[in-house]
Amino acid sequence: MSETAYNFGYLDEQTKRMIRRAILKGLAVPGYQVPFASREMPMPYGWGTGGVQVTAACLTPEDRLKVIDQGADDTTNAVSIRSFFQRTAGVAVTGATRDATLIQTRHRIPEAALTEDQILVYQVPIPEPLRFIEPRETETRKMHSLQEYGLMHVKLYEDIARHGQIATSYAYPVAVEGRYVMDPSPIPKFDNPKLNDCPAIQLFGAGREQRIYALPPYSKVVSLDFDDHPFVASKADHACDLCGSGVSYLDEVIVDDQGGRMFVCSDTDYCGARVAAGQRGRLSPPEAA
Amino acid sequence: MYVAVKGGERAIANAHAFLAEERRGDTAVAELTVPQIREQLKLAVNRVMAEGSLYDPDLAALAIKQARGDMIEAVFLIRAYRTTLPRLAASLPLESADMACIRRVSATFKDAPGGQVLGPTFDYTHRLLDFKLLAEGEAPLAAEAAPLAARTPHITGFLNRDGLIQDEPADNTTPPDLTREPLELPASRALRLQALARGDEGFILGLAYSTQRGYGRTHAFVGELRIGTVAVEMEIPELGFAVEIGEVEITECETVNQFKGSKTEPPQFTRGYGLVFGQSERKAIAMSLVDRALRWKELGEDFTGAPAQDEEFVLSHSDNIQATGFLEHIKLPHYVDFQAELELVRRLRSEAAAAREAAE
Repeated sequence: MSETAYNFGYLDEQTKRMIRRAILKGLAVPGYQVPFASREMPMPYGWGTGGVQVTAACLTPEDRLKVIDQGADDTTNAVSIRSFFQRTAGVAVTGATRDATLIQTRHRIPEAALTEDQILVYQVPIPEPLRFIEPRETETRKMHSLQEYGLMHVKLYEDIARHGQIATSYAYPVAVEGRYVMDPSPIPKFDNPKLNDCPAIQLFGAGREQRIYALPPYSKVVSLDFDDHPFVASKADHACDLCGSGVSYLDEVIVDDQGGRMFVCSDTDYCGARVAAGQRGRLSPPEAA
Repeated sequence: MYVAVKGGERAIANAHAFLAEERRGDTAVAELTVPQIREQLKLAVNRVMAEGSLYDPDLAALAIKQARGDMIEAVFLIRAYRTTLPRLAASLPLESADMACIRRVSATFKDAPGGQVLGPTFDYTHRLLDFKLLAEGEAPLAAEAAPLAARTPHITGFLNRDGLIQDEPADNTTPPDLTREPLELPASRALRLQALARGDEGFILGLAYSTQRGYGRTHAFVGELRIGTVAVEMEIPELGFAVEIGEVEITECETVNQFKGSKTEPPQFTRGYGLVFGQSERKAIAMSLVDRALRWKELGEDFTGAPAQDEEFVLSHSDNIQATGFLEHIKLPHYVDFQAELELVRRLRSEAAAAREAAE
């Protein structure tokens, strides 16, 4: 069937305008969750319908789109969303972080530093950072309006009492510009420092929960912690087995049923570029003579 | 006209004839055959087999045809038929590690022995109506590959090797049978899983979803989801060994859930489990989340009052045949009870009126 039957980027212009209004409001009130009339999309809730709608509202025909899931361009869902916008918007796509004008991501922030010319769109499953402390939306919205974040600190404190440290490893809550506590989407806490002072626009879309929120460029984003238990951005204590990087976030891959495993960069573009530049890791194939 | 007093018998006969005609629909359109339903509406057939607790694709397809596509009505037909079957014996436990997988994915590891196999999934399709299907004569063929290795080890086994996940000791006690004995509470985990496996897909889905949104959260990852056929084996006393009597298609889901632990006990991941007839992965995943939520007591967690943690609430309301029966029965005649209520309300109103008049 012909994809030309659909408007540029699948959504009609009225819907895109509605989403853009929510995005602008989000940028004006950093970290505040703006309700929006999320649409049914041709992929299921949970697959990134919020991110897809934000991307559709931001895309222009001149854009160059990159889509990653778990840091990788070749993950099934990234492939699917990228091909969706190729079909419905006909935009150029790329795997290179540097070349992209708009990057839609699930669960990672690219390793390479972003620029003022880029937009990073996050797919968000649960936008409410207080949700697992208080399940009712009516209550959590009240808590945000009153800036009543005591329960969140109690939760972090209870982690320390029980485990000796804060036991949240992803979707680690942050405070934005000293006002709203925000869920950064399920990125590993390793990525949290990249949220702060970022030159790119960062947009967060939660389709099922009908919320959009945003970080304008150079926003101050602080991971919650205590003076005597400061925030630590952690990762697997290894170097990448393919490119040797000791500073990138790593995936663990099981290689046999004898307990063997390897560690590789989750950011495939970063890893591939390093390998192309001649960097080697523990399991790199020997150089061709 | 619906006449309650004497015309009931004729009214029922006429209603059934009308129903039969409506079921067939426009006779200018070819009649749907049971093999067509079995082959082309396979996921509907799977759901009817799972919730009907009877593995028979032909009968499930027949039930769907007879029920005009009403899934719960089809499940009901299968349950009613199942009642008539004698129980001959029990099979040995299925060995799902020996499954011939058509699909096997893990959300926790990028790759693992046995590989990631997408299989026939809707997951990455774009939900755009395919108007080509309006035309007839479609027969797509997919590329073929060599069969997978005979044995696909479970992902949770790799975590278990390092002690990272709570151990699930084998238990050879004969599980209770929900279809032969009344449900008694508190229920064992085996009994709970049995009830969830035949529970309504929508109800289990809703409960599982509520845990994801904070009502009894369990922090679930899909450690592994696999679909394929497994052999069903039975011990034959006269032979003294087990023989294969057939195979069934099943979906199995194992979740890896957030660890528990304390200052004295090192943290460890915990598990949820789902197993359903046929390719029914929504149900299998939902089942494993609800299973995990129901294990709060055994794992030393708090009861937060969440519906998915409440065994009695879950098990008493998950069966859609019970639920639909009781729900829909309120459309049956209740003239007698209602008459009694009418009399009572009239009396109370007249007494209230008399009291008001007396006061004035």
